[in-house]
Amino acid sequence: MTFIAPLKFAIDLLAVLLLALGIKGLSKVRSAREANRLAAIAMILAAFGVLLNSQGTIGISINSWIWIICGTLIGGLLGALTAKRVPMTAMPEIVALFNGCGGMSSLLVALGVALFPSSDGSDGVVGELIRNFSIVVSLFVGAITFSGSIVAMAKLQGWLSTPSWTQSKARHFFNIICAVIALIGGIYLSIDGQNGLFLIVVASSLLGIGVTLPIGGADMPVVISLLNSYSGVAAAAAGFVVGSQLLIVAGAMVGAAGLILTQVMCDGMNRSLVSVLFGGALGASSVASGGGGGEYTNITSCSPEECALTLEAAERVVIVPGYGLAVAQAQHTLREVTRVLENADIEVTYAIHPVAGRMPGHMNVLLAEADVPYEQLKEMDVINPEFPATDVVLVLGANDVVNPQAKNDQTSPLYGMPVLDVQEARTVFVVKRGMSAGYSGIKNDLFDLQNTSMVFGDAKKVLGDLLLELKELGVGSKA
Amino acid sequence: MSFFSEALWVLLLGSLLGLELIGKVPPTLHTPLMSGANAISGITMLAALTLIIKSGDNLPLLIIGSISLGFALFNVIGGFLVTDRMLAMFSRKKTRK
Repeated sequence: MTFIAPLKFAIDLLAVLLLALGIKGLSKVRSAREANRLAAIAMILAAFGVLLNSQGTIGISINSWIWIICGTLIGGLLGALTAKRVPMTAMPEIVALFNGCGGMSSLLVALGVALFPSSDGSDGVVGELIRNFSIVVSLFVGAITFSGSIVAMAKLQGWLSTPSWTQSKARHFFNIICAVIALIGGIYLSIDGQNGLFLIVVASSLLGIGVTLPIGGADMPVVISLLNSYSGVAAAAAGFVVGSQLLIVAGAMVGAAGLILTQVMCDGMNRSLVSVLFGGALGASSVASGGGGGEYTNITSCSPEECALTLEAAERVVIVPGYGLAVAQAQHTLREVTRVLENADIEVTYAIHPVAGRMPGHMNVLLAEADVPYEQLKEMDVINPEFPATDVVLVLGANDVVNPQAKNDQTSPLYGMPVLDVQEARTVFVVKRGMSAGYSGIKNDLFDLQNTSMVFGDAKKVLGDLLLELKELGVGSKA
Repeated sequence: MSFFSEALWVLLLGSLLGLELIGKVPPTLHTPLMSGANAISGITMLAALTLIIKSGDNLPLLIIGSISLGFALFNVIGGFLVTDRMLAMFSRKKTRK
């Protein structure tokens, strides 16, 4: 069977090519969907290549087949079900969950090889020391990815809050100890291949928790992106462990691309990666420094009726959607409201802050789900100069991204973050459930301004009332 | 050592490729891109497959391999499907226009 090896080689090459094209294509709107499919095909090809090669050279026992099919069916079915069921609002959590499982997989491979050394797939071409070192990396990164991702998911779901002790300096101490213990375990394992195994796993898992737990909600997407990059590194390390170059290339690509994406996301939020990882939650630091505090002095609230009257008279309306909108599942009601406005020849656009929703791009997905035309979504840099010419701005469940403090108040923790200049518009309506602060826990000066009115209530209910009022006024019904 | 030195080259070039592949990403695509890249990182399923195949009759190892494969496929299949679901929403808008 001499053709097997070259065939496997050709399949691997093709798979790498498709994966690279896939990642490349995913960064362009036009090609993204096809690119995702290309990458999926590449994965199938790669798996097929491994099976074919093994069958042709050493053979695959019935026993192995049974376990392969079991794992495939259970993992695949659960994955497919989860992917189909999960609501779009829960996307950040689910990416974290998937990611954690990828890390777990790399960890288990390394664990298996370390416990039963004869079984490594490299057939002795990888030196003992190097193999052990790869196992250490794979265990270490895999465990951090897993525990970190699970914590991130739990925090996004609201199952875990940020415990206050994690905001103290003690957490750095805790994390350093975990890292040192993991390092000691790693050195042990590198030398004799067995000892220190569980020391690494436990210490790295604790490290993953210790690093992720103090990070505030708004920074979580950055952390997930970083963990995503880690899971690529873990995959590459697993590639060294079993001697698969395809795995090394793919892992390295994901690791590097994930790092770039993380950087891009940090830029969007005007945060450095270091401050995200070690700075703790934004809100906690603001309490400590006292910046951005203070009471509201000039709150004007109004009813949906008044809001509808103002909207009726407007010519240009800009909607600023935030995560609150998504939580209330109000994007469909919003779409109906905007349809009515459009029928009345009122120009409606949506201002999308780079971190609207809970992940960059998350809000675009949510609005797309509600049939909002893609062309009406304007990015921050495009929409900001247009606010002075806007009659009404409707802020729905957004808070920190419209806080003028970020521009005006140098003591504010938000200072420097790019924000939407909604206060430039003639009238601003803020739909909000109450006076609670946003993610950052910082007072929003916008609410105090003369031209701002608060409409209190759940976004979906307010929008529903608004819709009724508009219809009563006969807006947009002129055939 | 030949596998190792080759593998290091592969690691280096793969990393450089990854750095180059994504230059400018529109914010719209951050979430789908993250989720797509995440699905690709489930490529460890190949390592899990190799582990199972080489483990012969070693039952604990077969079980570890199988669980590992399950986790990886959960990541891969779930990841690709979820990404597709998100992207489908964008492309639907475009074709209608």
